[in-house]
Amino acid sequence: MTQLPGLLDTEAIRKDFPILDRLVHDGKRLVYLDNAATSQTPRQVIDVLDEYYEQHNANVHRGVHVLAEEATALYEGARDKVAAFINAPSRDEVIFTKNASESLNLVANMLGWADEPYRVDAETEIVITEMEHHSNIVPWQLLAQRTGAKLKWFGLTDDGRLDLSTIDEVITEKTKIVSFVLVSNILGTVNPVEAIVRRAQEVGALVCVDASQAAPHMPLDVQALQADFVAFTGHKMCGPTGIGVLWGRQELLEDLPPFLGGGEMIETVSMHSSTYAPAPHKFEAGTPPIAQAVGLGAAIDYLSAIGMDRVQAHEHALTEYAVKRLSEVPDLRIIGPATAEDRGAAISFTLGDIHPHDVGQVLDEQGIAVRVGHHCARPVCLRYGIPATTRASFYLYSTPADIDALVDGLEHVRNFFG
Amino acid sequence: MKLDSMYQEVILDHYKNPHGRGLRDGDAEVHHVNPTCGDEITLRVKYDGTTIRDVSYEGQGCSISQASASVLNELLVGKDLAEAQKIQETFLELMQSKGQVEPDDAMEDILQDAVAFAGVSKYPARVKCALLSWMAWKDATAQALGGADAERKTA
Ligand SMILES: Cc1ncc(COP(=O)(O)O)c(C=O)c1O
Repeated sequence: MTQLPGLLDTEAIRKDFPILDRLVHDGKRLVYLDNAATSQTPRQVIDVLDEYYEQHNANVHRGVHVLAEEATALYEGARDKVAAFINAPSRDEVIFTKNASESLNLVANMLGWADEPYRVDAETEIVITEMEHHSNIVPWQLLAQRTGAKLKWFGLTDDGRLDLSTIDEVITEKTKIVSFVLVSNILGTVNPVEAIVRRAQEVGALVCVDASQAAPHMPLDVQALQADFVAFTGHKMCGPTGIGVLWGRQELLEDLPPFLGGGEMIETVSMHSSTYAPAPHKFEAGTPPIAQAVGLGAAIDYLSAIGMDRVQAHEHALTEYAVKRLSEVPDLRIIGPATAEDRGAAISFTLGDIHPHDVGQVLDEQGIAVRVGHHCARPVCLRYGIPATTRASFYLYSTPADIDALVDGLEHVRNFFG
Repeated sequence: MKLDSMYQEVILDHYKNPHGRGLRDGDAEVHHVNPTCGDEITLRVKYDGTTIRDVSYEGQGCSISQASASVLNELLVGKDLAEAQKIQETFLELMQSKGQVEPDDAMEDILQDAVAFAGVSKYPARVKCALLSWMAWKDATAQALGGADAERKTA
């Protein structure tokens, strides 16, 4: 087996993920390379979810009985875990949502309904980038349409990076919010946060970071990022679906208005008006995804025990190996940075003029799961003049053998359509 | 191998040597996309009364969607609207069969090369690819012959 410096003990780790033992299509080993879409769930998280439902299930924050107290302690305990995982100054800055999309929509709606100085209106500008996931494009398009604000964006360079050469014209005194992806889900690019944050701070704009592809794969320190909001999603980091996080700076969360109204988010209610609970509860209307939050807490325990710096080193080694091996495949063009520098473990490519749908289908027949299409980032495909890509994405349980299987599989694809 | 049931020779042939590709003169033009994968087609229909003079198209997409457009062109051009609708409905039925319908002789007579897509109906993610051009044709026909008119004829 190929040994690379920095790899984790995948033999041990893979034992934690029952699904990786599955055989598909008449006995073929499952080679799961769709981790950027969703990650697999370790036994440790599955057990915690089971135990929650078998032993502790109740609604939170509103009962005096044993189960309600246990469920509340588990749910709020998960908040503590998230806060520690991202080095948040306060646990009250961690808002649970159902996914990253909801987190980003929440920020857009807070700003749309806010008073000065945060208010986004016809006199102001919103800045995003051309490499955003649709979840970080559409909420801002909606906000722009509803308020009359102008939506601007950074374009991309030919090698898959943000073109910041005109940063002073893109981010101006009129900019209220700059929202961008930390690691691109389609290109794999790791973006230069510091340069963007510095310019945003110069003009007094808020910064929102979509960390959906960062939180699962590298140490995430919201204080070091110096952003105002950070969004991510549980199901890409060994957690269950149905749970996301929005971290926001405390004073902002105090000042900004709620978006969804309902139970849990209030202090007092009369028929004429209501007052709101302090953050984070102000932003968590209704019964939250309790088991899912608890599951995310377990996922964080799992990842932290391994160490996010080691996960990052593992994926970096794999990415280097993958870039090298993929470059040996004739007619393969990587869409995104061509080296492993400042690059995450999602690699998009085209294979001659064989459509990604066909590539994915023939790979699937060999047990290799990749993602094909525009990966909810259609503007990137338009930018590079391609209809779609095939994307392989790795995680802490991925191995060099998985990459070898992919390369062999691609050879098979070329023969099939050759 | 199971893959061969999807990628029949006939399909790969149409994919590599498409019939009637390219945009020509038409009475109506539509643009349809398959949002899950980015397949796109621009399709024009040209009618002579209720006879289909031409179906021309341009698009990008996987082998299934491209081959399907080629088969559509081959099957429908020259046909009368009523007959074409019968073919379209039969194809739709086959594609929505989840692999359960074994095409009989009657169906083969109607669908000819399009019968080769039977295997595709087992792959839910690919059914939309196969139907893209057919839905576009239906839409373009409705526009060309006037919405209400075409609706009545379809009903
Ligand atoms: C960069 C990025 N942002 C946002 C999202 C949206 O995540 P979710 O679908 O969990 O809301 C994804 C996931 O596909 C992503 O990769």
